[in-house]
Amino acid sequence: MTDIRQKDAVSRFRPRVRPGRILMWTLLLIGGVIMITPLLFMFSTSLKPASQVYDLRLIPQDPTFSNYVKVLTSTGFGRWFFNSLLVATIVTCSNVFFDSLVGYTLAKFRFRGRRFIFIAILSTLMIPTEMLVIPWYLMSANLGWLDSYWGIMFPGMMTGFGTFLMRQFFEGVPDDFMEAARIDGMNEFVIWWKIAMPLVAPALSALAIFTFLGNWTAFFWPLIVTTSSELYTLPVGLSSFAVEAAIQWEMIMTGAALATIPTLLVFLIFQRYIVRGVMLAGVKG
Amino acid sequence: MASIALEKLVKRYDKVEAVHGIDLEIADGEFVVFVGPSGCGKSTTLRMIAGLEEITGGTLRIGDAVVNERAPKARNIAMVFQNYAIYPHLTVRQNIGFGLYTAKLSKDEKNARIDDTARILGLTDYLERRPAALSGGQRQRVAIGRAMVRNPSAFLFDEPLSNLDAQLRAQMRIEIKKLHQELKTTTVYVTHDQIEAMTMADRIVVMKDGNILQTGTPVDLYENPADVFTARFIGSPSMNMLPALALAGQSAVPSDDVLVGIRPHDLLAVVDGAVPEGAIVTLEGVVEAVEPLGPETMVHLNVAGASLIATSPGTLSPAVGSRITCTVQPGKLYLFDAATEKSLGRK
Ligand SMILES: Nc1ncnc2c1ncn2[C@@H]1O[C@H](COP(=O)(O)OP(=O)(O)OP(=O)(O)O)[C@@H](O)[C@H]1O
Ligand SMILES: [Mg+2]
Repeated sequence: MTDIRQKDAVSRFRPRVRPGRILMWTLLLIGGVIMITPLLFMFSTSLKPASQVYDLRLIPQDPTFSNYVKVLTSTGFGRWFFNSLLVATIVTCSNVFFDSLVGYTLAKFRFRGRRFIFIAILSTLMIPTEMLVIPWYLMSANLGWLDSYWGIMFPGMMTGFGTFLMRQFFEGVPDDFMEAARIDGMNEFVIWWKIAMPLVAPALSALAIFTFLGNWTAFFWPLIVTTSSELYTLPVGLSSFAVEAAIQWEMIMTGAALATIPTLLVFLIFQRYIVRGVMLAGVKG
Repeated sequence: MASIALEKLVKRYDKVEAVHGIDLEIADGEFVVFVGPSGCGKSTTLRMIAGLEEITGGTLRIGDAVVNERAPKARNIAMVFQNYAIYPHLTVRQNIGFGLYTAKLSKDEKNARIDDTARILGLTDYLERRPAALSGGQRQRVAIGRAMVRNPSAFLFDEPLSNLDAQLRAQMRIEIKKLHQELKTTTVYVTHDQIEAMTMADRIVVMKDGNILQTGTPVDLYENPADVFTARFIGSPSMNMLPALALAGQSAVPSDDVLVGIRPHDLLAVVDGAVPEGAIVTLEGVVEAVEPLGPETMVHLNVAGASLIATSPGTLSPAVGSRITCTVQPGKLYLFDAATEKSLGRK
């Protein structure tokens, strides 16, 4: 502690801004601009009438909320929003539950084939989604899951990454905790749920946030598996503005702006956890 | 409360046998301490008693029942772990309450039990705190509280004090001992600290390489160690051990192939050149270092190439490099067979 304070005291007598700092800030600023510009354009475009969409001014000439009214009243937006929310929520809960259940088992129990199962799960991480879409589709077609909520959700109900992440975290939980609980008479399921799960809460929240956001923005698979507009998720629904006749940018941007709101909320509310989660996933994962 | 009996208890991990069929009877209410070097199987034995480790062979009885196949919770024992194993996300009250998880009590009854336990352990003011806001000693007390609250038939401790600093350890040692005198619950306590063993135990069990070398009261083990290992393990500083050859010329020492043990507290530095009467061994050595402890001073000596520790009365601190004479009174020599290291009695 004293060390740090001394350093501060010393730095007070030096020029405050060092060249390294300036470079770093410049880079961060550029990065920030690159990331924020599309968002600003999205909001700006959503406030422009259709005729002015290709006028690339950032501040709309005559801003209007008519796009919002149109998106909310005369499209399936409400339904799609609900679908996305439903799918993302269920898939997130499922991942939090099953990934950690399997991760816990792999980390804390010794049984035959444990290593093999773990490696098998790990190896699924190396298969890109694009390769899986066709088997998923065939499977859905055979089982009658096409164009259903279950069809949208089933590939993501558990993930290899989530299982791996949770296993790594449960490895770090000392066995003493479980054994103490065992002696106190808890059964294995309760030990997992009441003891082990709270101990990995930071990892769980990271997993939940990433899973939710991933599913909220998922496009490729929902596009393929759904055919009726009632089952579209938000990204699929928004993309349908682009295929009917012409690309209705102002509609897409309005929908996207509305779709961003929950994401932004998640980020603002859970900022702390997300930063921690990224760090955790980076360090351990 | 209950007695515990181990009969030919064996633990094998795959190919390694960690515990080689040990026999031990622990009486109801007894405080038994397992000591031994790292890896000798103390924890393994304790964990077999707890039910956390499967028993490979032999019989384990708690009370009158054979409990080999019983789950930990069905054995009604409580265990305190080295790392406390108290849950960081729960308050002290909830942590202690976990000990009553399976108890069929009403909420009020549970709370009353928790309050009682907290009072005995001096935790009343901390009941609503989380472990992060407690000191190491308080955390350990919470762990003990969780074990106590249930009125188990036996307490098991696995090196419960090794994470505490020396002062706190001494204090907790006394507290655990007092607690045992109050509750009179059968206790099995594992440590590799011989001071803990000496000060707390009704009976000490010395283990080495998965075997029990010796059991006995602390005084028993101190006075009559069965072999070199126990002799050196019990007592601090450790017993000086010399081959008989190094003591050649001393009439009391047999000329056979034996090891001679002398406790530092029995090897007395001669004050004022007055060799006490009746001494059976007289040694001369060069002082290599001195450790003044107040009431006495430990003197590290070099006697013809061998390093020994002797004691000199508190006020007399010989100069490093000087030659001094030390003596041993009759009955203070421990003899051991050089080949088997077994005790040959005292002289
Ligand atoms: N899960 C295991 N698999 C294989 N061998 C083990 C396992 N647990 C313990 N052992 C071995 O059993 C022996 C006894 O271990 P144990 O933990 O009982 O020692 P200990 O006396 O408690 O030592 P310490 O003082 O270091 O705690 C050691 O040689 C150890 O390597
Ligand atoms: Mg141990």
